[in-house]
Amino acid sequence: MRLTLNKIFLAFSVISALIGLGFLAWILVTLFIKGFSSLHLSLFLNDLVDGGLRNLIVGQLVLALLAALIGIPLGMVAGIYIREYGRGKYPELIRDLSDIMVSAPSIVIGAFVYSFAVAPFGGANGFAGVIALSIMMIPIIINTTDSMLSLVPKELREAGMALGASKYRVILDVVIKAAKVGIMTGILLAFARIAGETAPLLFTSETSNYFSLDLTDSFPSLTVSIYNLANEPEKSSRDLAWAASFILTVMVLVINLFGRYLTRNKK
Amino acid sequence: MEKLFQKISFSSATLVLILLLGIFTTLFISAKPAIAEFGLEFITDKRWNQEVSLPQTKTPAQVATPAQNLEDDDAIADEDDMILDEDDEDDSMTKTVFGGLVPIVGTLLSTLIALVFAMPIAMGIAVFLAEIASKNISKYVGIAIELLAAIPSIIFGMWGLYYFAPIISDTFGGYQVSLLTAGLVLGVMILPFMAAVTRDSMNTTPDVLKESAYALGATKFEVVKDVIFPFSKVGIIGSIILALGRALGETMAVAFLIGAVYSLPETITDPTISIPVAMAVNFGEASGLGESSLFYLGLILFILSFAVISFAKFYFLKRTKV
Repeated sequence: MRLTLNKIFLAFSVISALIGLGFLAWILVTLFIKGFSSLHLSLFLNDLVDGGLRNLIVGQLVLALLAALIGIPLGMVAGIYIREYGRGKYPELIRDLSDIMVSAPSIVIGAFVYSFAVAPFGGANGFAGVIALSIMMIPIIINTTDSMLSLVPKELREAGMALGASKYRVILDVVIKAAKVGIMTGILLAFARIAGETAPLLFTSETSNYFSLDLTDSFPSLTVSIYNLANEPEKSSRDLAWAASFILTVMVLVINLFGRYLTRNKK
Repeated sequence: MEKLFQKISFSSATLVLILLLGIFTTLFISAKPAIAEFGLEFITDKRWNQEVSLPQTKTPAQVATPAQNLEDDDAIADEDDMILDEDDEDDSMTKTVFGGLVPIVGTLLSTLIALVFAMPIAMGIAVFLAEIASKNISKYVGIAIELLAAIPSIIFGMWGLYYFAPIISDTFGGYQVSLLTAGLVLGVMILPFMAAVTRDSMNTTPDVLKESAYALGATKFEVVKDVIFPFSKVGIIGSIILALGRALGETMAVAFLIGAVYSLPETITDPTISIPVAMAVNFGEASGLGESSLFYLGLILFILSFAVISFAKFYFLKRTKV
């Protein structure tokens, strides 16, 4: 009886794992079949207005990169504060709040940014999209920096201090260097996550059919356009949406895997 | 230089606090017209964007006197406004009513379905990763599960709508876009997150405890049931609640699948709407009271997920890191 129960339990557990893997395989195979068949070189050369995806891919990357440019330094410095400088209860509070922020509904962040960066200026603009994405990114970077710095042995800091270096020099030259790889992984994972976000962009930067690098106007976005295209009745639009989904997923997963590969190598 | 760096790092950390307070205040201010107009009855009102003639709006208001007494001044001021309106313009005696019941119910039910679906599978995966698989297999399966978590939610929506939903509706009947399909796809989405956090909690069980149980002749099932689960119970419950908090705010996957209609589902296979989807779909064309009502919904969602996530963090996940 005990052994039968054990067997049933083990079987259930293995089947669960297979279900999980099955869903991943199902989604990836679907994307590959649907996306790959609609993929043409012309998609990368034309803009959406001519049936291509060039402007959307560039736009999505520009939004995510600019958001990273804001989010990474702010998040890292805040993480450094929590781990290295904070005294008393305050850093604990910030750590908890940023933990909560990581799971905050992204659509609400979009609405928040809308009310101060879109509504007063009378229309969607790229800046608002960048702000929304960077708000999503900051807490993730804080958490990674915080936990990666906690892995750096105290002796390294003390050695730096003993050489007479000031605290911020020790942090920048010794502690951050020691945690570099881990932080880099965290940054890449965070980047992969915000690069695939749709909800915060829906009513901040919206999307555009034309090639544009003008952040004061609605800005082309791959994810928002996938949403729009998928809802259109024509088959050609939906095929384009599948091709775009394929490109987006490859982009996100490659960045994600590269991030993981970095830490794996170090271990 | 040292002082400057310290100041900068302190301000960046404080930015988190400012952002959270900012989100809360901004949502509240933008929602204020709707809060003033509908009060707390918004939560129990199932009408959305409906033109009603004024006498009709008063009848339900009068029926609900106990609730109204609680709202004191606002409600009274509202009725005064209504009477004034009536006096002013005799011809157009209609006003548009917004209520949040349908999206709120849709959010809670779809999250519940997701949880019921994902929980057993996530537990199974976590046990597989932590206890059954060899180190190598566990590593690769673990990476695969985490990749599933990395897939953008809009992809889950596309896949769910065109490939998953038809199978579900063939099996269970009903519409392809429904509470059920939305909940199930949401379940697939939170599955990897839940499994990963549960695995991490299970891994905190000291090897000594497990080994002594095995030495006494316990089977794997007994070790998991009697040693690992009691030890990591708190973390597991925390991870489930945390996954619930994430599911509440998920937008894009659900937007493809829930149907986006403002009606209470009579059966599980009926289409309905959730708060994030209501915001995603209606924000563009909304203005005035409609927009404000959407912010009201956003505020409710924000408070809800904030409460759920901090509950999970403070009561269950105090010791473990997520």
